[in-house]
Amino acid sequence: MAAPMRSITFACKFCGREFLQNVYVTRNISLYNYSTKHQSSKWESVIGLEVHAQISSESKLFSGSSTKFAAPINSQVSLFDAAIPGTLPVLNRRCVEAGVKTALALKSKINQVSKFDRKHYFYADLPTGYQITQQREPIGVGGQVDFIVFDPTVSKEPMTKTANLVQIQLEQDSGKSLHDDEDKKSLIDLNRAGMALMEIVTQPDFTTGEEAAGFVKELQKILQIIGTCDGKMSEGSLRVDANISVNKPGEGYGIRTEVKNLNSIRYMVKAIEYEIKRQIKELEAGNKITTETRNFDVNTGKTIAMRDKEKVLDYRFMPEPNLPPLHIYNSQSLPADIPSDRVVLTDQLQINIPELPSEKRNRLQKKYDDIPLVTIATLVNDDSLLKYFEEVIKDGKRNVKRVASLLTHQYLGQLKAVEMQAEDSPMSVEDFKEFYDIVDADVISTETISKVLALMLLRPGSKVKDIIEKENLYQITDPEEIKSLCKLIIKNNPKLVRSSKRGKVAAFNSICSRVMKECQGKTNLHKVEETMEKLLKEEQI
Amino acid sequence: MLKFRQVNCFVLLGRQYLLHNKHLHTKVPLVSTWNNLKNSENLPKVPKISKEQIDQLERLGLVELNNEEAVDRLTEAIKTANQLHVVDTEGVKPLDTVLENSAVYLREDEVTEGNCKKEVLMNAVKTEEDYFVAPPGNIPLKSKNKG
Repeated sequence: MAAPMRSITFACKFCGREFLQNVYVTRNISLYNYSTKHQSSKWESVIGLEVHAQISSESKLFSGSSTKFAAPINSQVSLFDAAIPGTLPVLNRRCVEAGVKTALALKSKINQVSKFDRKHYFYADLPTGYQITQQREPIGVGGQVDFIVFDPTVSKEPMTKTANLVQIQLEQDSGKSLHDDEDKKSLIDLNRAGMALMEIVTQPDFTTGEEAAGFVKELQKILQIIGTCDGKMSEGSLRVDANISVNKPGEGYGIRTEVKNLNSIRYMVKAIEYEIKRQIKELEAGNKITTETRNFDVNTGKTIAMRDKEKVLDYRFMPEPNLPPLHIYNSQSLPADIPSDRVVLTDQLQINIPELPSEKRNRLQKKYDDIPLVTIATLVNDDSLLKYFEEVIKDGKRNVKRVASLLTHQYLGQLKAVEMQAEDSPMSVEDFKEFYDIVDADVISTETISKVLALMLLRPGSKVKDIIEKENLYQITDPEEIKSLCKLIIKNNPKLVRSSKRGKVAAFNSICSRVMKECQGKTNLHKVEETMEKLLKEEQI
Repeated sequence: MLKFRQVNCFVLLGRQYLLHNKHLHTKVPLVSTWNNLKNSENLPKVPKISKEQIDQLERLGLVELNNEEAVDRLTEAIKTANQLHVVDTEGVKPLDTVLENSAVYLREDEVTEGNCKKEVLMNAVKTEEDYFVAPPGNIPLKSKNKG
C-alpha cells in the first residue's frame, strides 16, 4: 500500500503559512526488519502483566480527599491517608461501581461477596505500613480481552489474540517519592496515597512485547469507553508491570523477573524485548536467573536491578479487620435483609456498558467483508472517523473498500500532520464525497491525493475543485508530455541512465522518482515507468 | 499486697453495681470460666528458631530480637498459641472478621476532606518545601555507581 512518494503539508507555527515537504521512498526498501527475531529460536518467552488503573472518581477509595491531578504538594491528604492513629477507612461507592463495571466489561465473574486484606511492607510512601487490597476474594475473577497485534517481524497482517485474566481487584495507591541521590534522601508527596486503583492481573499469555502492547492499547480503549479510567500512561493513570521469563520448548516456565517503571507503551515493548534477550544471554552463558524486581532505564534502554535485592518477600496478608465484606448483587439475587446503602447493583451498570471495540470490529468485519482487518481496527479506534466513514458510504454509490482505505491512510495521515482530530476536521462529508469522485475519475494522480487533502484541511471552507484549479494539480495524462519529462531527466542524468540500462533496479527507480519530482508528482508512476522503459530501450548510448 | 486487694475490691464493687442495676447487663461472667490445659496434652513441639528466621522476622516487623530473653519470649508465645490445636475445627469455615454478617457501608463520592497540609506535616521531624523527608529507599543500581 505504500506510495512511492509521500507529500506532507506543514503549517509554520509562527506565520501560519503552509509549506509542502516531499518524502520519496524507493520501492525496494524493505519495510520489515527481520533481524529482531530471537537470537536462538530455541527459546520461548512468557510474559504476564499486572496493570494498575487509577479509577476516575472525585474522592479517594477510603477517604474524602480530592483526586485532582497535579495539585500542590500534600494538599489532598486527609488524616486517614497520612495514617494518623484514630482514623478508619470508609469505602467509596463510585470506586466500587467502577470496579464492577470494569469487571463486567472484561467478562469476569463477579464475586457476590468480596473481602479486603492488608498487604504489609515497609516503604516511606506507604504511611500505614500496609496496603489495603483484595487478595483472596476480589471483585472479579477470570475474564478475557480480545485484542489486535500488529507485529511486522512476525507477520505482515495484524492478528487477533485473546488474553485471559486472573482477577480484578480494588486496592489503594501509595504516595509518590522523589529520590535525591546526592543528598541521600527521598521526598514524599502523599497526594496519591489512598487513591483507588483497579489491579488487573493477566495470565502469562503473551510472548512478545508487541502482544503486550496490543493488549494494553485495547485495555486503555475499553476503560476509556466505559469511563472508569482515562488510561493516560503519561499521567500515571495507567501503570503496567511485566513479569518475564524464558524457557526451552517443552520445559516448564523459567524463573521470572518483574520489570517496573514502564510509563509508556513504547518503553514497555523495549523493556520486555531487552529483558527477554538478557535472560536468554544469561542462561546460554550457564548462569541462573534470580527472582528480582528490575527497573527500566529509559536512557540506556536496559533493565537494571534494584539496589536492595529482595529475598522472597513475605507480605503477611491478613484480613482487613476494619472493613466488613462488600456485597454486589443484581436485582434478582439481592437478599432481602441488606439495606440499599450497603449494596451495589449490577443491573444498571451492565446496561450502561456501550459496545466494546472488539464487538465493534467483529460487527464491522461481518458487515464489510472485503475491508482488511487493519483498516477496520483503525476506524474503530476513532469514533468520529467511523461515523464519518458510515456517512460517506451511506448512499451506496461508492466503493466501500476504497473509501475506507483513503480515510484511514491519506486522510488520517494528513490530519495527524496538522495535529487535528477527526472530529475537528473542516472537511465535510459532502466535500469528501466530491473528493472521492475526483480521485476515482483519475482527475488527480495518487501522489497528489495527500497534497489536496492537506490543503483542504488548512483552508477550511474551500472546495476540492477550486484547490485543484488554483494550484494546478491536474494529472498529467498526455503521453507526449510524459515522454518529454522522461527525456529531460534522461538528458540530465547520464550516469543513472547507464546504470539502469545495465539492469540496476535502484538506478531505474531513482530516475523515475526524479521524473515524479520534476512534475510535482502530478502523474501516474506506472505510466512513467512504462514510458521510461520504452525510451531507455530506444536510446542509444 | 495492699494494692492488689484494693484493685480486687473495686472490681467486686463494680460487679455488684452492675448486678443490682437492672438497666446494665454484662456479658462478662462474674467468675472466670476457663480451665488451664494440662501440659500432657499432645501439642506440637516448638522447634528451635534459627538465626535466618530471626533475621527475617526482624526485617518484616522492624523489631529487634537481639538477646536470648527475647527469643525465649517468642518461643513461649508460640507454645501458648499452639494450645489452639486442641480445638476441633472439622467442618467449620474460617472466620476472618467478626463483622462477617454485616455489609460494608458505601460512602457517596464527594470531596469532604483534605486541604490540611499543616496538620499532616505537623508531626514530621524533617520536611522540605512541603515534602516529607525520608531516608533513601529501594532505588535502582545505576551502572556508574558500581564500585
